[in-house]
Amino acid sequence: METGQLVAALAAGVQSERVLFREQDTAPYECDGLTMYKAKPKVVVLPETRDEVCHTLKTCKSLGVPVVARGAGTGLSGGALPHADGVLLVMSKFSKILEIDEDARIARVEPGVRNLAISEAVSHLDLYYAPDPSSQIACSIGGNIAENSGGVHCLKYGLTVHNVLSVTIALDDGSILTVGSDALDSPGYDLLALTIGSEGLLAVVLEITVRLLPKPEEMRVVMAAFDDVTKAGDSVGNIIAAGIIPAGLEMMDGPAVAAVEDFVKAGYPLDAEALLLCEVDGTTAEVTDELARVEAILEESGATMLRVATNEEERLLFWKGRKSAFPAVGRISPDYYCMDGTIPRKHLSLVLRRMREMSKRHGLRCANVFHAGDGNLHPLILFDANNPTELKRAEDFGAEILELCVEVGGTITGEHGVGVEKINEMCVQFSSDELTQFHAMKAAFDPTGILNPGKAVPTLNRCAEFGKMHIHHGQMPHPELERF
Amino acid sequence: MPLVETICERLAARDPVSVVGGNTKSFLAGRLTDEPVSMRDHAGIINYEPTELVLTAKSGTTLHEIESCLRDARQMLPFEPPRLGESSTIGGVMASGLSGPRRMHLGSARDCVLGVRLINGLGQHIKFGGEVMKNVAGYDLSRLSVGAFGTLGVLTEISVKVLPIPEKEQTQKLECSQAKALETLIWIGRRPYPVSAASWINQSLYIRLSGTASGVESAAAAIGGEVLNEADQFWSELRDMTTQEFRCPDLWLWRISVAPTTPTDALNAFCFDWAGGQRWITAPPDDFSPFELASRLGGHAICFDRQRGVGTGMQPLESGILRLNRRVKEAMDPHGLINRGRLLEEATHANESC
Repeated sequence: METGQLVAALAAGVQSERVLFREQDTAPYECDGLTMYKAKPKVVVLPETRDEVCHTLKTCKSLGVPVVARGAGTGLSGGALPHADGVLLVMSKFSKILEIDEDARIARVEPGVRNLAISEAVSHLDLYYAPDPSSQIACSIGGNIAENSGGVHCLKYGLTVHNVLSVTIALDDGSILTVGSDALDSPGYDLLALTIGSEGLLAVVLEITVRLLPKPEEMRVVMAAFDDVTKAGDSVGNIIAAGIIPAGLEMMDGPAVAAVEDFVKAGYPLDAEALLLCEVDGTTAEVTDELARVEAILEESGATMLRVATNEEERLLFWKGRKSAFPAVGRISPDYYCMDGTIPRKHLSLVLRRMREMSKRHGLRCANVFHAGDGNLHPLILFDANNPTELKRAEDFGAEILELCVEVGGTITGEHGVGVEKINEMCVQFSSDELTQFHAMKAAFDPTGILNPGKAVPTLNRCAEFGKMHIHHGQMPHPELERF
Repeated sequence: MPLVETICERLAARDPVSVVGGNTKSFLAGRLTDEPVSMRDHAGIINYEPTELVLTAKSGTTLHEIESCLRDARQMLPFEPPRLGESSTIGGVMASGLSGPRRMHLGSARDCVLGVRLINGLGQHIKFGGEVMKNVAGYDLSRLSVGAFGTLGVLTEISVKVLPIPEKEQTQKLECSQAKALETLIWIGRRPYPVSAASWINQSLYIRLSGTASGVESAAAAIGGEVLNEADQFWSELRDMTTQEFRCPDLWLWRISVAPTTPTDALNAFCFDWAGGQRWITAPPDDFSPFELASRLGGHAICFDRQRGVGTGMQPLESGILRLNRRVKEAMDPHGLINRGRLLEEATHANESC
């Protein structure tokens, strides 16, 4: 398809200044938050109306042109990586908060609204939107729908899927549907659950109704240092065994603590092998009860140091350290590669030990931050992209970590999505029958496969090439396929 | 041959298969065309580690067994599923997707599912999701299968999130009209009180508080009303719909799901749960106006009467949604072999009758 022909077809229904095709205009969109993958889209469309979105979809479907929807471009798995022969549909102009209903505690928003902007808009009502991915300052709610984003508080308050009541979507043919409603459930299949986390492969999101929560009266955080990661991991299990579900429960290993403390000066102890931040929230009475119990449990679990933030300023400083972990690691290494596996928490010390062995073998340093409450591990692999062998080693190291997560009963992605990044590891986690089932579901929504093709679910051919197809009952899946 | 293999073989040979669990909720979503196979023998808890907050069980495991196992470790299913009979199984609980009073505050059956294994319409035994809280690999086919009444696949294993039983629970009873109850709940909803259920029945609002001892006491003082004795029995009966008010021999029982703040005069409910989100009404036999009423209010209705005829129980689906529902069914069960007569066929019947 000639660019000029595509631009002309798009311009028939989209104002021409919102259709970008010159290289200098499309270049800023060549990657998302995973910068190691880049591709210039053939055309960028910046729609402002639903009609423009639908016209773009219809045009692309009739011409067989791929469409990749993009929110704020902060995703960490390359989910919004453009297709070189396709249209990048940038939803950033859909940035209005349409309605706030304080009695019903819901907000109706457009997909380009930033995650944090929702909480800011309802803050004066003492309400907030709970899922808080670390990119919340910049990431869009539409992107959160695509990825089913989590955050620091999701053990207690859930993921995106638990905090959204409905989404209005445009299908591949430009038709518009609302799935979910203001009621708590809907008749028929749960298409809302299916849409959330579908990485832009099933539909384009046009509008979202989110649930808002009352702000807690009080939030208190306790910092605990351990001389051993196993003890730190066990202390998390002990807190949960005591019947406490903290609002946030985060762990960092020694290398992460060192990088963060050097950057933020949060008062983290540099001799700790593991550092735990445990936040409790609710009414003052509840927080007082829970904090006392958490402190006692951490002490019994062998914490070498315990500190409760004495005021709001100190609480934010403790958290600033954790929330700055990625940039802090960025200061001590030219590049880093952030992984996103989830494991059953009981395997934490085994996984950390195996990762130390891998780190030695690949000759690359690794720092770990961990959403300890829900088992979501973010190893940060340190490398130098200018050294071609280091990039390759970092990718190999990352892939090994994800395979280890699957081996211990976890998953290759807890909250960042598969995108292009983990597409090979999907062959490790799922059998060919399971992958085929995913493709059938994709075809139910998008039979010609124009929406975000090549992402999230690998073809069986790709898995055969990758050579890591999950082997069921010792049988090689799809023996009819050529292997390279 | 083990049950799972038999089902896989039958489906692979294009032989239609219908399944039931404890047969306690079969009346809800249409009548099965084919003689069902019981999943009751496919039972047992496969994995449960309290500190991981996850339990995995075979689908025929009874709800009773799961709840007593959890209770021993001072944990619970967060969504308090209705027990419509002793034989109720976890597979049936998930297939019907029903949730009890705690749903408004700790999430629904669908919210608590972490992973499932199922047999699709091609007879393939496949697994989605897993045993961890956060998992975004692949489409969320496990949550999709909740509430599908088995029509997207035969559920064989289910992993579910569990939570600790709260340290203290106390219920406040406030005598008031239904309209006043909703107003009160709007006020309470804006405050971070540890509310775990809120229902109105028989001219009283019942608010259950769950949390630490002083957290519950301080919230109770702020909310007011009197402390309800025998609160466990009250919530248990409401959960299972066994209170006197639910027995209406000459009328049909309807569940209406609406936005919780929907005005009370729009629906003459004898009871609401989920802080107003789930309302119970009665209507004369063969009166299907609740569908139209629910639809006008932006919600949907399900008829809970056991005597009604086939194809009258589920809210008719809007045409675009129905089309997508059919395509989803085809993706999971391309030859239409599993649980023929259930769910979409029910919703379609109603569509034609309205």
